[in-house]
Amino acid sequence: MNRLVVVGNGMAGMACLEQILAYAPRFAVTVFGDETHVNYNRVLLSSVLAGEKTADDIVLHPIEWYQRHAIDLRLGVRIVDVDAAAKTVTGDDGSITPYDTLLLATGSSAWRPPIAGLDQDGVFVFRTLDDTRELLDRAGPGVKAVVIGGGLLGLEAARGLQVRGCDVTVVHLMPTLMERQLDPDGGQYLAGRMEDLGVRVLLGRSTAAVLGHGRVEGVALEDGALLEADVVVVAAGIRPNVELAHRAGLHVNRGIVVDDHMETSHPDIFAVGECVEHRGVCYGLIAPLIEQGKVLAATMTGNRGPAYAGTVQAAKLKIMGVDVFSAGDWSEQHAEPVRYEDRALGVYKKLTLRDGRLVGVILVGDTADSHRYMEWLRGGSDLTAQRRHLLFPPPAADAGLDVAEMPDSATVCGCVGVSKGTIVRAIHERGVNTLSQLKECTRASTGCGSCTSLCHDLLRAVAPEFEEERKKVICACVPFAEDRLRDILRSQKLRSVQEVLDIYGNGVGCEVCKPALSYMLDMLWCGDHDEDRSARFINDRVHANIQNDGTFSVVPRIRGGVTSPAELRRIADVAEKYDVRMVKITGSQRIDLLGVRKEDLPQVWADLGMPSGQAYTKGVRMVKTCVGTDFCRFGTQDSIAAGIEMERRFEQLYTPHKVKMGAVGCPRNCAEATVKDIGLVGVEGGWQVVVGGAAGKGVRKADLLTTVETTQQALEAAELFFQYYRENANYLERTYDFVERLGIEKVRKDTVYAPDAVKQGLLDRLRKSKARARDAWQEGQQPRHPTQFIPLVPMETLA
Amino acid sequence: MTEYRWIRVSACDSVPLREGRAVRLPDRELAIFNLGDRFLAVDNECPHRGGPLADGIVSGASVVCPLHAWKVDLETGRVERPAAANASCLAIYPVRVEEDTILVGIPVDMAGVGARRAKGEAA
Repeated sequence: MNRLVVVGNGMAGMACLEQILAYAPRFAVTVFGDETHVNYNRVLLSSVLAGEKTADDIVLHPIEWYQRHAIDLRLGVRIVDVDAAAKTVTGDDGSITPYDTLLLATGSSAWRPPIAGLDQDGVFVFRTLDDTRELLDRAGPGVKAVVIGGGLLGLEAARGLQVRGCDVTVVHLMPTLMERQLDPDGGQYLAGRMEDLGVRVLLGRSTAAVLGHGRVEGVALEDGALLEADVVVVAAGIRPNVELAHRAGLHVNRGIVVDDHMETSHPDIFAVGECVEHRGVCYGLIAPLIEQGKVLAATMTGNRGPAYAGTVQAAKLKIMGVDVFSAGDWSEQHAEPVRYEDRALGVYKKLTLRDGRLVGVILVGDTADSHRYMEWLRGGSDLTAQRRHLLFPPPAADAGLDVAEMPDSATVCGCVGVSKGTIVRAIHERGVNTLSQLKECTRASTGCGSCTSLCHDLLRAVAPEFEEERKKVICACVPFAEDRLRDILRSQKLRSVQEVLDIYGNGVGCEVCKPALSYMLDMLWCGDHDEDRSARFINDRVHANIQNDGTFSVVPRIRGGVTSPAELRRIADVAEKYDVRMVKITGSQRIDLLGVRKEDLPQVWADLGMPSGQAYTKGVRMVKTCVGTDFCRFGTQDSIAAGIEMERRFEQLYTPHKVKMGAVGCPRNCAEATVKDIGLVGVEGGWQVVVGGAAGKGVRKADLLTTVETTQQALEAAELFFQYYRENANYLERTYDFVERLGIEKVRKDTVYAPDAVKQGLLDRLRKSKARARDAWQEGQQPRHPTQFIPLVPMETLA
Repeated sequence: MTEYRWIRVSACDSVPLREGRAVRLPDRELAIFNLGDRFLAVDNECPHRGGPLADGIVSGASVVCPLHAWKVDLETGRVERPAAANASCLAIYPVRVEEDTILVGIPVDMAGVGARRAKGEAA
């Protein structure tokens, strides 16, 4: 058996090994990794830094994968020498391992520029999971961070640190950000956007020294400026790791030189990844490295044939919430630029053409068309005939969902290199119906994830029994999953239902999508949208619940179920005056007046002199309480005060589905808080906040969100969950389905355990919505429309 | 030829865009809808359980009853959904606009008599 030793346990090496194993596994494989982790997705480290993903989330090959393929995995061992004559490698643990075939996948390291003081505590690089963890230990609200380098990696570090609450400054040597991916206009747009988000950007500035006495205190710039710093991240570029190749006597320039079959200058030694130089280019993005790995796997397994001819470099990423796409040669030398710019929308697009062919693309703020441009770049076809439609294709070709016109050879997943044809074959031949099956089967969408929506579109179009995986399109009128639709509405700044239907739907809409869109717009714009009453259910047009005879029910707000003799008298008077058919005590500690005519509603509300209880809408219903410490012998917490306060904080707001809450003063749970959407359960010395309970069609005990000491903390935890539910649940999804779908661990991670900046964002948006919310019954006196509550009576009498 | 008696109902802006309003006549109640480019009128009584169609959500040239989501084509009066109820139909009334006023035509043989067009009869 041929002994294959792989030096490097990163993405490129393991992707190549995966391909090798897919041929004929006649190798006995040993993998050395100097990190102590299994292969993970390095592209997503910034998401870990930002708290959007955990270390577990980004694992690409779990330990079981190595075991399944009988790979001898040696983690935490750095190979320090190669003896090409004796065919052995030496580890820093003293071990000597013989090989028949050697694969160098040593990657690259952060380059440390010659700046004084980099050896101090508090200086970090941002390349590995361990780097990320160390950085996370130091990051936090108020920590002053300076990032040296405004390239891709530096900006990702800056974003993560900013989300963690750090006070971030980026110092960049060049006059514009990300100059390798963006032209000056694109870079300037990005810098402005980052400044908007509170990151200081210093351009064209050179760092002289990192100051401190063993521990970082600041950064001195060449021009004499001084920046305070607790943390310094060096992201000034990367250098291929080529020391081992040197020792093995390989031909090395900047990287290890390989030919089109990925062969080095030595027949038994191969190389792949960031450490490699092909036709003078060292690649740093993942997609080309995976292409290289495929060719190399063929070469190494005796299937020499496929050639690597280089890759059009393309990067699609999200920097500080801005979508950015860059590919090919977008310099304007000897090329014709085609531009589009809309500062208000935050969109910048530039194409460069040479001899009628596309050679470069920059997209900022809207990267929806990146796949089409990639095809044009790769295909090199003459675009003269389409010249007028380069930036804005004719509507038929721009349906977004129209994947049918993509050729089978078109690449869908650039990271792993999966074509449309491969996906379609997997669907037809392997019975793939879901995204996770597709990932498993083709590895598509396992890299940066930017092709996920395209994969979805393909599945939807081709798979006979496509399953949306707990994600349904909202309805046939607007065929998008809700989370995607929320992104669209947000990024395209759409503010009215009809606008959304006109642009992304069939222009008509129905009783399913119109109320859903109404809710989304209200939530996204915190009430500052163009509310279209025609898109809402009758209950939300007249703020009462329609009954089976066309009359309405009226439920005033009685916070916490606590009322007064005067209120009860007024309710009784109203019931008599308007001939209410039934007065009913509800299960929610409220009073329901049933059988009120629509035209009487305004006067009924005025006579009641109480605010709307929102019993008719997908919104905040009520907080049911027990008497707690006020009267109860067993009470440990003031559940009435807490319940009333919670109702005040949430009332008048709309939610994906109704939200019913409870607050109880002790675990006897007399007001059934553990089967409510949100419950506060008083315990000795604190509160348990529970979420996702149900006592309706199904019964579900609420999950514990957190245990806290004070009522204020309990209310804040409830607020975090409440807003998180508002922003992330699908319309008509109750909290108990929502919590079950996501899992309470994720809900906790995204709410009570989220970074402070994330929590503050949730609370800020909640307060903004709340500041605009009004008691709907005020419309009784100031109708939105003169005939809102009354029928039309002809202007002439009918004899 | 059906003969109509035209009744002046209300100013056009009494019915907001893509909404409906009930029109109370002595012997019946109509639902009149503003579709932007025209107004359409039907009986304000869903063929299913008599729900107030004027309170429904408009979807194109149809309305969805607020009680049990039956969908009625406002141009023909035909029930579109559920499919099983396709045969049922409700009365439609011609509408025209004069000087910003909506006028509805009531068939003369029915006007003021209290007679009601039988459900199920084609419009």
